[in-house]
Amino acid sequence: MSSEDAPDEGTDSNPGTEPHPEVPRNGMPGPSPDERPHPSGRRNAKGIRIDPEAEAEPEYRSAVVSALVEHEPGVLSRVSGLFSRRQFNIESLTVGPTTVEGHARITLVVEETDPGIDQVKKQLAKLKPVIQVGELDDDAVRAELVVLKVRGEEPDKVQAITEMYEGRTLDAGPRTITVQITGDQQKIDDAIDAFRQFGIIEIARTGQTALARGDTPTTPGEEPGHAKESEQESESAETQTGTYDD
Amino acid sequence: MSERATPTTDQTEETDPAEAADETGETTDRSADAAGETAATGTESPADTGVETGAEAVVAALEDAGAETLFGVQGGAIMPVYDALYDSELTHVTMAHEQGAAHAADAYGVVSGDPGVCLATSGPGATNLVTGIADADMDSDAMLALTGQVPSQMVGSDAFQETDTTGVTAPITKHNYFAGDPDTVGDTVGEAFALSAEGRPGPTLVDLPKDTTLAETDSDPGPAETPETYSVEEDPDDEQVAVAARAVERAEKPLLLFGGGVVKSDACQEARGFAIDHGIPVATTMPAIGSMPEDHELCLSWAGMHGTGYANMAITHTDCLIAVGTRFDDRLTGGVETFAPEAEVVHVDIDPAEISKNVHADYPVVGDAGTAIERLSAEMDRSPRTREWREQCQSWKDEYPLAYATPEDEPLKPQFVVEAFDEATDDDAIVTTGVGQHQMWAAQFWTYKSPRTWVSSHGLGTMGYGVPAAVGARIAADDDQQVVCFDGDGSFLMTMQEISVAVRENLDITVAVLNNRYIGMVRQWQDAFFEGRQMAADYDWCPEFDKMAEAFGAKGLRVDDYDEVADAVEAALNYDGPAVIDFHIDPAENVYPMVPSGGANGKFALSEDQL
Repeated sequence: MSSEDAPDEGTDSNPGTEPHPEVPRNGMPGPSPDERPHPSGRRNAKGIRIDPEAEAEPEYRSAVVSALVEHEPGVLSRVSGLFSRRQFNIESLTVGPTTVEGHARITLVVEETDPGIDQVKKQLAKLKPVIQVGELDDDAVRAELVVLKVRGEEPDKVQAITEMYEGRTLDAGPRTITVQITGDQQKIDDAIDAFRQFGIIEIARTGQTALARGDTPTTPGEEPGHAKESEQESESAETQTGTYDD
Repeated sequence: MSERATPTTDQTEETDPAEAADETGETTDRSADAAGETAATGTESPADTGVETGAEAVVAALEDAGAETLFGVQGGAIMPVYDALYDSELTHVTMAHEQGAAHAADAYGVVSGDPGVCLATSGPGATNLVTGIADADMDSDAMLALTGQVPSQMVGSDAFQETDTTGVTAPITKHNYFAGDPDTVGDTVGEAFALSAEGRPGPTLVDLPKDTTLAETDSDPGPAETPETYSVEEDPDDEQVAVAARAVERAEKPLLLFGGGVVKSDACQEARGFAIDHGIPVATTMPAIGSMPEDHELCLSWAGMHGTGYANMAITHTDCLIAVGTRFDDRLTGGVETFAPEAEVVHVDIDPAEISKNVHADYPVVGDAGTAIERLSAEMDRSPRTREWREQCQSWKDEYPLAYATPEDEPLKPQFVVEAFDEATDDDAIVTTGVGQHQMWAAQFWTYKSPRTWVSSHGLGTMGYGVPAAVGARIAADDDQQVVCFDGDGSFLMTMQEISVAVRENLDITVAVLNNRYIGMVRQWQDAFFEGRQMAADYDWCPEFDKMAEAFGAKGLRVDDYDEVADAVEAALNYDGPAVIDFHIDPAENVYPMVPSGGANGKFALSEDQL
């Protein structure tokens, strides 16, 4: 086979200028669609080969994706633009600086199928300002902040609920009380439910942010830096960050 | 528009007299003399290597990066860059419209293999580039767009001719930059140029506020390097290659699918070698036309909506699809549920995000196409047994030939025109096209034998791509390479003003307008899917294109009958300069085979009653 490089004139796709004897007036020659053999295989909507008989709608799940990015103007709009353009179902997005100067961390919660989550990570990684992308395990440390303002008629009860959820009162007046609660998503949801009895006037939620637990870097190969001027202030434990390999 | 550098007095005092004279703008001759004297005296001449303004840094960066030709249109905010081009070795081709500049740069890149560069001013100049940038993005063509911008202190004030260009182009560029610092603008331009070509190619853009390009700087751009955060794996993983090789070895009906990445990574030699060494039939995607010679017996030509019946049959029945450098566009796959439904998919691509995006890859191989194919071949202990499968593919070629009816009394068939040009031109002639029926006929009835000879708009499907692409292709092509543009009447009407550029530059191109007085593909769809209600598809109001061409200063010809074709083709090809032939073709002719949108590739229709 490999030596038979010469083109076979007989099977040339171009019939030349000779009219083909079997060409219909407005179409092409050949057996019609139902006269052809057809395979029985099938893929699902995500292009995965499946049992032809099987129902195979992919299942959605929630994933926490952390992206380490260069802290430059426009990076958030590039990331959010990517998500809206590609129709990814995004639950929340938070952003803030890291211990490395010039770096920021974007934490995304997406509700997608497994192939969708894979795409989210790969498309994110393609953006030029994105340094590393990682998906967090279920045991990652996650937290969210909510600030909510309720009616102030029953300050004692509001205080009780706030304490139950380990929150803080930020502002209390005769007509309104504003509290903050931090915690995982479920706790925040529960707290909001509990405050509903007082009448919630306004609410502001940050969306989840998260870090990997223990020694695992949050994004692959991520190296923690030191907070600014940490050398001079090395006494102060709060501002110092270490490396994973100590 | 009349703004010009207005350096403060103390800045001018610090510079040498030549510069100072230059800055006033009124005394160009004198300043040139002064600069000449400086050079002649043999004293250290900063003009030779050193840059003095941001605009000069931009131009120096382009020169350093290896750019040769720029396509653009002048304007207020980009004027400092143009001023710096005045003394540069770079060739600038003024286009009639910025869209033309972008398409010309795109086509220049496709033909030459190096990124094309286009320039435009701010606001309308930049937005006019957008179609061409989006086109390059969808086809992964390396291209650098430079846009002027209002001075940075006016950005955000809705100033005259201001548009948020980085905002507008963020979704359609590989990356874009707002260059706010004259000291780094040169490096930014170099980085953008390098980034556009690195890994999976794509368009990049640098927005250049006028104060950045006017400002003084002595910072020469460094070498054009891609940013550190952009890492490309060119070498595929050993394990990935090994398991993919096993899959190919055991296949009984393997099929290679070459995508545009094979052409872009200059991997055609390796890809062809792999097919021939292992006796595996080859289908291509439309952007990969020419990657495998279409007269080779292993080549099934291109697959997809209007691809050959035999390529689509092979894709439908293969048990191992080895796809290289393709993103599985829906015009190729039809409905993914029925795409290569029984095949294990080996997917080679340099962009990991393409793996399993549209079609799940059972065996992903991330890396450069040429490297990956060679590694895959080396890893295979034996070739798959494909004799029966190859015979099957050959029999499909016989069953579903590309053919058309040509009784002499019928109106001229477009396919005949394409074949006439194919016969009259050399094997390495370049074809550019607009988008529509004519594009499909040009792809079907021309036998492509070399890569980078098919220049078309695939992913975005941009009507009007053909003529500006012919300009860019002509400039990038070898002198003895012929350039033929097939266009439709609707498509030609969109960018035919670029014929004026071809006339001014005396570019030897031939435009064949396949004129059916319809926006033909729309009419075909209306007939098939909208009960023949031909809303806004009738284009009998088009001008006489041969006379239009003459008005531009090109050669114009008109052909209505079969017996005029050969002479007209010869006259146009022999004419030294742009020639336009208005072929009045059968308005009822349609493009077949056709896989309806989202349909099964194996159920392509051969005529309207099969849709």
